[in-house]
Amino acid sequence: MYKIVRKRVLNPTVTQIEVDAPLVARKAKPGQFIILRVDEEGERIPLTVAGTNPEEGTVKVIFQVVGATTEILNHKEAGDYLQDFAGPLGLATHTGGIKNVCVVGGGAGCAIAMPVAEEFHRLGAKVTSIIGFRNKDLLILEDEFKACSDQLIVMTDDGSYGRHGNVTVPLKEMLEAGEQYDMIITIGPLIMMKFVVAAAKPFGVPVTASMNPIMIDGTGMCGGCRITLIQDGKRVTKFACVDGPDFNGYEIDFDEAMSRGRMYAAYERHAYEEACNLFKDA
Amino acid sequence: MAVNPKKHEMPTQAPQVRAHNFQEVALGYPVEIAVEEAKRCLNCKNKPCVNGCPVNINIPDFITQIKQSNFEEAYRIINQSSSLPAVCGRVCPQETQCESQCTLHVRAKMDPVGIGRLERFVADWHNAHANEKAQAPTPNGHKVAVVGAGPSGLTCAGDLAKKGYKVTIYEALHTAGGVLVYGIPEFRLPKSIVAKEVDTLKELGVDVETNVIIGKTLTIDELFEMGFEAVFVGSGAGLPNFMNIPGEAYKGVYSANEFLTRSNLMKAYKDDPQTPIMKGGKVAVVGGGNVAMDAARTALRLGAEKVYIVYRRSMEELPARREEVEHAEEEGIDFRLLCNPIEILGYNNPDDPRDPKNGFVTGIRCVKMELGEPDASGRRRPVAVPGSEFDLDVDTVVMSIGTSPNPLIKSTTKGLEVNKWGGIIVNEDGLTSREHVYAGGDAVTGAATVISAMGAGKVAAKAIDEALSGK
Repeated sequence: MYKIVRKRVLNPTVTQIEVDAPLVARKAKPGQFIILRVDEEGERIPLTVAGTNPEEGTVKVIFQVVGATTEILNHKEAGDYLQDFAGPLGLATHTGGIKNVCVVGGGAGCAIAMPVAEEFHRLGAKVTSIIGFRNKDLLILEDEFKACSDQLIVMTDDGSYGRHGNVTVPLKEMLEAGEQYDMIITIGPLIMMKFVVAAAKPFGVPVTASMNPIMIDGTGMCGGCRITLIQDGKRVTKFACVDGPDFNGYEIDFDEAMSRGRMYAAYERHAYEEACNLFKDA
Repeated sequence: MAVNPKKHEMPTQAPQVRAHNFQEVALGYPVEIAVEEAKRCLNCKNKPCVNGCPVNINIPDFITQIKQSNFEEAYRIINQSSSLPAVCGRVCPQETQCESQCTLHVRAKMDPVGIGRLERFVADWHNAHANEKAQAPTPNGHKVAVVGAGPSGLTCAGDLAKKGYKVTIYEALHTAGGVLVYGIPEFRLPKSIVAKEVDTLKELGVDVETNVIIGKTLTIDELFEMGFEAVFVGSGAGLPNFMNIPGEAYKGVYSANEFLTRSNLMKAYKDDPQTPIMKGGKVAVVGGGNVAMDAARTALRLGAEKVYIVYRRSMEELPARREEVEHAEEEGIDFRLLCNPIEILGYNNPDDPRDPKNGFVTGIRCVKMELGEPDASGRRRPVAVPGSEFDLDVDTVVMSIGTSPNPLIKSTTKGLEVNKWGGIIVNEDGLTSREHVYAGGDAVTGAATVISAMGAGKVAAKAIDEALSGK
């Protein structure tokens, strides 16, 4: 069992927890993820590591309430225990040789983008962060991004905070103004990452996208997390859990990934409603 | 008294009943039948059956004890060679191992003695009647780490623990058992039996640490730094193979590993599970091994109206255990032999990109095959018949065409040599290219049987003991 040491509500649907998991805390690097189960009958869900405290032995993860499991998880408080917490899994974000990076995060994906931005800052790279949210109420981690970014641009879809519009607007402006990024790293909804790739393409800037497909074991056994890369015109199957979760954005078949991500949409909606009813009764 | 030429039938649930539940298919011999079956054994001097067993169980000796109704003594004899008798009695391919060597079968052309069924009987009798806990032996002061709590790791751990080694098993998943819990379904191997075997190991003093991924959470080098003197790697099957045909990314295409893991380990077979799985409709399982049979029969029990096995060779080459094939046929699985998929078909509504049916499987396009000249494996190579394409309407496709060894350990362990398929290279003792690092099971061979993995765990345990006891 793994104790939740601290809990912090970041916005009405996004929560940060710090979990006592010393072995994971010693090893986890930005870009890697863990798999947790809330209880004995629970699903295995992958969550990206949002930070570690090796001395204390804790691992920080941030999750958005999107379905039944995250709803149940959100009802756990500091002092409660999780059934399972395994990791770190996947490959760490590649940082070598990158001196000027643009980190583009969207929604809850900013929780994953933030430790990546922090890592580049720690390594001495110039960090530009563009973070986007639907509205002001959903904004998370602004202070954390400010602390590790040479420049931070906050976007909201409805203009209720920061600049009005989506993340590709300032990205295009900066690329057009001649900004020479060594790498753009994008983490967020698939549709946003697809458009970030499209925006960067005319400028030939490399893009890394962090994929978050449906997963079960996370250790390279089940193959559920497979995504398709298009390399030299050929379709190549990769497994996000062991080959990723970061991939070359230009190679990813985003449309296929979006379709696969909705495989259990109907089931999940039903399960989520059931879970919500459970807590209403209680 | 003349020997009964026929093996006693195994009582089973009726096919039309069991096709709709997840309870065990084979019910096991009652005491009287077990004793009668044991009496068929000639107790022949040269014991060919023992050589047919990958872990060399002293078969005639345990059967002699059954004849005399000394079931606990029979268990003790099996247990000297096998740490998992209740498992092996259920899932071993005895017809190609011990039973294939039986004198009754080889010389007298009768049914062989039902060795597997007797082994299962003895193990079940022990589990039902024995209440003594296994005694942990006197510690010998040596520490060994085992990677993976599947059949090879559990066997290696059990053998070493019985000799006094302090063994810690590191398991990546949340439950010990490996393929015995994520892969083999409840109706063939109840999970309570695996849990019982793991508990017996714990009574022997074995520690089982779940949620530790060796290669990620800890490396092999760190295990040595922690004071382990030898490491056995039984990390099992890895990434599932796909056919690389169009349409494999459609929703409703699973690897057998994923389909079975959802149903078994994640308990999606229960009502209202937290882990979803596609249930019902029509299902095609591609492949002819035991895993394919398990997937097909699981799909049926999950409520499928029609389940096909699509296999590119003929029944003769089909590698699954005969008993599993017969059970599957009885349950109504439709075998489409000499058929090979060339494309998976999916739904795409060009007028409505938001149609919820978009991207789901609608069928599988196959081509008929005929057998040509023998290939490198000695089996006749299947060749496509031109113009014989046909479609099967299905909602789910399960690819059961093998796996490649798990990549996590080789990618994080310096000096560990692997072959071109990714299998860890070992010598006849299970020793890898790294000193004091041993390996066995699917991590070495690629997808194979439970018992061959157990055999490898046993060989490595012996070698580890020889290497460390001299220290």
